[in-house]
Amino acid sequence: MKESLFTFKGGIHPQNDGKELSRNAAIKPAPLLERYFVTISQNAGKPPKPVVAPGDLVKKYQLIAAADGFVSANLHAPTSGKVKGIVEVPGAMGLAVPAIEIEADGCDETVEPLPLLDWQNLDAKTLLDRIAACGVVGMGGAAFPSHVKLSPPPDAKIDTVILNGAECEPYLTADHRLMLEHPTDVLEGAAIIGHILGVKKVVIAVEVNKPDAIKTLSDSAQKYGVEIAPLKVQYPQGSEKQLIMAISGRQVPSGGLPMHAGCVVQNVGTAAAIRAAVIDGRPLIERVTTVTGEVVKHPGNWLLRIGTPVIEAVKLAGGVTAEPGKLILGGPMMGFAEKSFKVPVAKNTSGILLLPHETAVNYESGNCLRCGRCVEGCPMKLAPALLCTAIEGGRYDLAADNHVMDCLECGSCSYNCPAHRPIVQYIRRAKAEIRKKAKR
Amino acid sequence: MYIMIITAAVMMALLGLALGMIIGGVARLFRVETDPRIELVTELLPGANCGGCGKAGCSDFAKSVVSGENPPSRCPVSGAEQVAAIARALGIDAGQSFPMKAVVRCGGDTRQSTRLATYNGVIDCAAASLVAGGPKGCAYGCLGMGSCAHVCPFGAIEIVNNLAIIHAEICVGCGKCVTACPRGVIKLVPADATVHVYCNSPQKGVAKKQVCKVGCIGCRKCERALPDKFKVTGFLAEVNYSSAPTAEEAGAVGCPAGCLLEEQRHLEIETHDPDWSPDK
Repeated sequence: MKESLFTFKGGIHPQNDGKELSRNAAIKPAPLLERYFVTISQNAGKPPKPVVAPGDLVKKYQLIAAADGFVSANLHAPTSGKVKGIVEVPGAMGLAVPAIEIEADGCDETVEPLPLLDWQNLDAKTLLDRIAACGVVGMGGAAFPSHVKLSPPPDAKIDTVILNGAECEPYLTADHRLMLEHPTDVLEGAAIIGHILGVKKVVIAVEVNKPDAIKTLSDSAQKYGVEIAPLKVQYPQGSEKQLIMAISGRQVPSGGLPMHAGCVVQNVGTAAAIRAAVIDGRPLIERVTTVTGEVVKHPGNWLLRIGTPVIEAVKLAGGVTAEPGKLILGGPMMGFAEKSFKVPVAKNTSGILLLPHETAVNYESGNCLRCGRCVEGCPMKLAPALLCTAIEGGRYDLAADNHVMDCLECGSCSYNCPAHRPIVQYIRRAKAEIRKKAKR
Repeated sequence: MYIMIITAAVMMALLGLALGMIIGGVARLFRVETDPRIELVTELLPGANCGGCGKAGCSDFAKSVVSGENPPSRCPVSGAEQVAAIARALGIDAGQSFPMKAVVRCGGDTRQSTRLATYNGVIDCAAASLVAGGPKGCAYGCLGMGSCAHVCPFGAIEIVNNLAIIHAEICVGCGKCVTACPRGVIKLVPADATVHVYCNSPQKGVAKKQVCKVGCIGCRKCERALPDKFKVTGFLAEVNYSSAPTAEEAGAVGCPAGCLLEEQRHLEIETHDPDWSPDK
């Protein structure tokens, strides 16, 4: 069995993956809150335009911001209540971002649901329109609008759909619980994606540290015409390009997209959301999020509505046992460090991670030892040591020549570095600088 | 014995002469025509190669002065005397110079402003602002990691209590720090201005007060007292540098927030007065 596991070259094996904290905690629904702050810009691409005014009464699932252009996604009300207005909430990058504040009336009334669709007998266009109407975006982290990802240009030859259930990030168990508790949602979603793209080969890739999920999915996979592929436990197995390498053996060209390798990759959470949109006519307003970390009293997985402030999610988990040293939205490797607990949960918030001071220690970073362990760990086969020294000296051009833009910022290099150099941070700095220059 | 020495000396002298003639001939044959005035002007320039004039360095600027593209006064580093000397040497008009200096429009040092997180990474403002906008509570103020001090060719910027302080007497206004700052806190102002508003945040007064003790609260006291010298846009006061207020006038305003300060006083507060607080 061991030899037949799918994998890629490079990467790391985090010793303590922290998943045991929340692995066995079943998904719990979150009680209704008094207020929700739905950030407007939740998707990659253009933010949608708000269509509600302060004082408006909205119902659950009602459209509150409409997509502005093709690469944009609709937003819906997480509950029924009154729109208080557009307020500023802390967002990524430290700047305040606009959010629609909704004061819940406690009734949780829903709008007339969209008609159920018999997807097997419908064409891709109708299904894509429904997915777009329901505002489904990639729930793994990038929040790319799903209807865009599922409409490849006609000249692209897609032959494989990969559903990403690797969940290689330490600590996160949201996808694991989803696959375990709602296997049919994921499988049916996978089948719908395959139907839209007209692809026969639909694979759900799961790391073997989730044997229960693999088993549950395999039990009914055949019914939906879906394959289950066990993956070796290796970070970053869940990265799009690495996953394609592991499953199909194809390499996505530098600067290219998965479709250039004949693949489309979707997160398992996205598949479940697509199923909910197509079959139940339910817009995306809630997601499974792992609230975890050593300082959280009762780590677990919750079905949180978008717009839930992080502080409320932490309260659901019983609060903290000690003062947290770091707050991260997402996983510890690629998640975003935040400095405010007022940040609301968005469609792509897969985890809320609170690390204790001891884990988030301030390492002194030293000089590069030229040991090459970053090169060994790099799944993109770059030379992080070289990039890092070039960037430190301000040579962004040299970094660009050495393909810094292909870096996926997985953090394997920094994890391996014995000198504790903040390699990924240097690389992100260079990428920002290069993008700025290209814009000029 | 003597013969040998003399022969060797004569041979060496002849060899030297022959090679010298070759070198001389080649130099004459392949010489590059240069304008001697460019060298003259380069020598008169400060040689800091700061790029404040917009050229690649001092000799590039000298070329542009000789060709008439730029007046000598375009050099921000040269004083009036040096500019006059260049103009005299070339027999041209010196042009009018408007000496500038840089001002860090932020007073939020570690004593006055809050830090919301411990930052643990590259000590560089631009890199820090990519991580949740940096550790500072205020998203518009100085991060104080010294990216500006790092690029300053004159060593005019000092970091005190996580705040960049510009020593006006050293600053020549080349503007390198202005482009280095990821938050646009630094601004070039006329060199003779002595009063500045040390705040850059357009946020509402209440929001600013939560993160900083010395942020402008937009009370319009300064604008009401001297409407032609101050302008308040939203919640942020600005000095109208085309008719800059004097230190006395600014003192008479009595800014309640503690962001309208005389330059010298600001420097004193940051470098010598550890107990200063706007409430006192």
